[in-house]
Amino acid sequence: MSGFDAATAAVQAALDAGARYADARVMHRRYESMSARNGDIEELTQDESIGLGVRALVGSSWGFHAVPELSDAAARDAGRRAAATAAASARVPGPPIDLVPAEAIVASWSSDCAVDPLGVPLSDKGDLLVRATATAREHGADLAEGLYQIWDTAKWFVSSEGHRIDQRIRECGGGISATSIGDGETQRRSYPSYRGQYGTTGWELVTSLDLAAHAARIAEESRELLTAPECPAGETDLILGGEQLALQIHESVGHAIELDRILGWEAAFAGTSWLDLAQLGTLRYGSELMNVTIDPTIPGALGSFGYDDEGSPAVKRDAVRAGRWVGVLAGRDSGAVAGLDYGGSVRADGWARLPMVRMTNVGLEPGPHSLDEIIDATDDGVLMDLNRSWSIDDKRLNFQFGCEVGWEVKKGRRGRMLRNPTYTGIGPVFWRSMDMLSSEIVPWGTPNCGKGQPGQTGHTGHPAAPARFRNVRVGVRA
Amino acid sequence: MTELDLAGQVVELVRRLAGPHAQAEVTVTRADLALTRFANSFIHQNVAESATTVRLRLHLDGRTAAGGGSLVDPDGLATLVERTVAAARLCPPDPAWPGLAPAAPVPPAVFDEATAEASPDERAGRVRAFVDAVEGLAAAGYCRTAYRSGAFANSAGQSAVGRTAEAAMDGIARTGGADGVARLCADRLAEIDGAALGARAAAKARAAADPIELPPGHYEVVLEPAAVGDLLQNLAWFGFNGKRYLERQSFAEPGVAQFDPAVTLVDDPTHGSGLPYDLEGTPRRPLLLVEAGTTRAVAHDRRSGAEAGVGSTGHGMPGGSTFGPIPHNLRLLPAADRPGPAAGQVSGGVTGAVADPDTAALVGGMARGLLVTDFWYTRVLDPKRLVITGLTRNGVWLVEDGVPTRAVRDFRFTESYPQALGPGRVLGLGRTPVRQPDRMDGAWWAAPPLRLASWHFTGGASG
Repeated sequence: MSGFDAATAAVQAALDAGARYADARVMHRRYESMSARNGDIEELTQDESIGLGVRALVGSSWGFHAVPELSDAAARDAGRRAAATAAASARVPGPPIDLVPAEAIVASWSSDCAVDPLGVPLSDKGDLLVRATATAREHGADLAEGLYQIWDTAKWFVSSEGHRIDQRIRECGGGISATSIGDGETQRRSYPSYRGQYGTTGWELVTSLDLAAHAARIAEESRELLTAPECPAGETDLILGGEQLALQIHESVGHAIELDRILGWEAAFAGTSWLDLAQLGTLRYGSELMNVTIDPTIPGALGSFGYDDEGSPAVKRDAVRAGRWVGVLAGRDSGAVAGLDYGGSVRADGWARLPMVRMTNVGLEPGPHSLDEIIDATDDGVLMDLNRSWSIDDKRLNFQFGCEVGWEVKKGRRGRMLRNPTYTGIGPVFWRSMDMLSSEIVPWGTPNCGKGQPGQTGHTGHPAAPARFRNVRVGVRA
Repeated sequence: MTELDLAGQVVELVRRLAGPHAQAEVTVTRADLALTRFANSFIHQNVAESATTVRLRLHLDGRTAAGGGSLVDPDGLATLVERTVAAARLCPPDPAWPGLAPAAPVPPAVFDEATAEASPDERAGRVRAFVDAVEGLAAAGYCRTAYRSGAFANSAGQSAVGRTAEAAMDGIARTGGADGVARLCADRLAEIDGAALGARAAAKARAAADPIELPPGHYEVVLEPAAVGDLLQNLAWFGFNGKRYLERQSFAEPGVAQFDPAVTLVDDPTHGSGLPYDLEGTPRRPLLLVEAGTTRAVAHDRRSGAEAGVGSTGHGMPGGSTFGPIPHNLRLLPAADRPGPAAGQVSGGVTGAVADPDTAALVGGMARGLLVTDFWYTRVLDPKRLVITGLTRNGVWLVEDGVPTRAVRDFRFTESYPQALGPGRVLGLGRTPVRQPDRMDGAWWAAPPLRLASWHFTGGASG
């Protein structure tokens, strides 16, 4: 049975069982990962999973059921069960639910991919990780690790409103890290970022990273960090590298503008948001330099797709324009509840998971400066880069980040390396203090965004560039 | 066809395709997982999945590969074996391959049929009870049930079967920006009382209203079981993890009195739900990690156990090669068999802040400090010393002369967990452990409330 046939059968069964709306996703995902440690392959895993998830709306209550079979009988049973689960939800009913109106779309879409990552010989991919981690080990790392991951996902989406969309999305990426272990502490340097760089692209991305060429440097820097001075404590001007700023955007902007959080739908777990819909369009989120877009159309970025998992086409929107909050990440039901006329940011982590509001590519537009200009203009500050730890409160306000490395910046020059750099702050205060932003945008990929119950792992992209923030508290420690 | 039949079939396919010298281990698990989620006092997400997954790890001619998926028909299994054999042949050598688990009996698993077969109506009924019990406050959370039936087989002759069920409920009540929480993990859905949990969460939420902001600094604390659960989870992931121990990234030093004598920690899969064997087929048994303050062991899978020269402790798990073997059924043993404060009562102060006699006994002994309900978003700053930053959540109160006098706004903290539990630092331990659910069924953290001499709060709600 084809993906479309199974999805259609599931949707019809849900309607027959009383649903007023239903949609179904068949997904076939192949996943491959390989990790290496100190010049040896540590693990190779290849998974293949196929199944169907159907969502039914009965009255104003949702139900979802997923099965790993695509037979007509299994699909129909899943549809019936989704409707029955929705009926059970009505024991604790909520307000009436509508969906943002959508045109029924029949379409097919594939992500760009020059070199099929699953087609690259395992021996080549293994040699890459072995060579890079062996080099890092030879240059002083106590622990040299490398990792790549590949996802190849085919989807067939059908809705009771007439959607019929198939997509093939290929994603991959990788990276290396070097850890040096001293007396009572460890120091790590990674390349190109913690856990690596990822995109909706082919193996050409990993090739372009040239992992082995950076292995010696990160190993030496990790060892150097063991004896570097501690990042001083106090308030100072903070320059963030692009990779760290990408995570800052993810945590303190991306999650905060998720409409399900704003509406309280994630209150017990992921949390809510400090944002109030009544202030959409007027609230000052950050400085005039802050222009953040929601853009799933960026070629190669990890949060890109043709259509989201409700069938909404990928559309670029503003989230923050000249520092003012103007947009949210929404789905068709949450958008309707909020009185908006768009969804477009709903995705499911595989066939067995409910589609929910997720980040796509949420990132900054380029600023007018360069990193060199930012450093030149800084009299006294700290430059930090590459994330080491992240923590933020359940309203997405109070954050504390640790970075792998810091450097003193004195009188316009980058100085000594600093170890254990951390910084902390309150989201909107922090963003309003951004006074310089580089034009050197990179669409950093985050392949491990956790959300939802049961848990889902999302793939998101975050265009970011180095930037400067004034009077930030740094050097927090136990 | 049973899960064991499927596992045996894969082992046989490997033998046929790769020869008798190939070493194969196979797990097959059927899972029926359901979760009913509520927010703003209504059910907004209600999901169920039924799936069988197979996982094969193969060692062939000195090389190792693993594969898995949801395709368990004959074609799917054949494809899995062919793909994994081909991958193993192309892989670089694996000199540290630890071999297969030998044949050994596995203990019976905790299993409740009624929980395994729980209906959407039964979960929704508990949500209804929770929502009714908060009496007009906003309620959010979930009720979930999980059933797993699994089998293991390897080409060294080990085989095992087991089935297990688990239920959990986790909910908050909300009023005026203040939240209160109640959560419980149990072997039987019948043990989950939505009304009792809702009433506790509502009382805590009301008690958390109108908080004051206190300056950061070192405070004596009473941590409720939810917060202690976070301590156990981070100790397990980053301390009692055999891979990190071997990499010298863990604080753990077996034989050394690293903790207060009040601390005894056991990873005890036999104490609650969970399959009775690990991913490598090793039987899962209790493992004493800390005995009266002295670190005794760390968890190992076959690979780290071989490297350490101690063998597996039954902690092989998906992703273990990367993350390491992690104990995930931790029990902080209560003070029942040791001198400790008797169950108490709090008279006066903020009504509802202290929700049980066990916590009351600890709070009653505190001259000045903070009662902390829960921790949130804890992340490691320094893995070796296990310095963690995170935030308080779901209720904090100032305690003066044994009485909670004011609700306090949430803090950020930065603290070394082993140091906070170090010798002389545990001032009291409750007598009644509460089992906290993990994000995944089969993992849980059981602890009583805990009174600690000092906790380092490094920032307030205002930054």
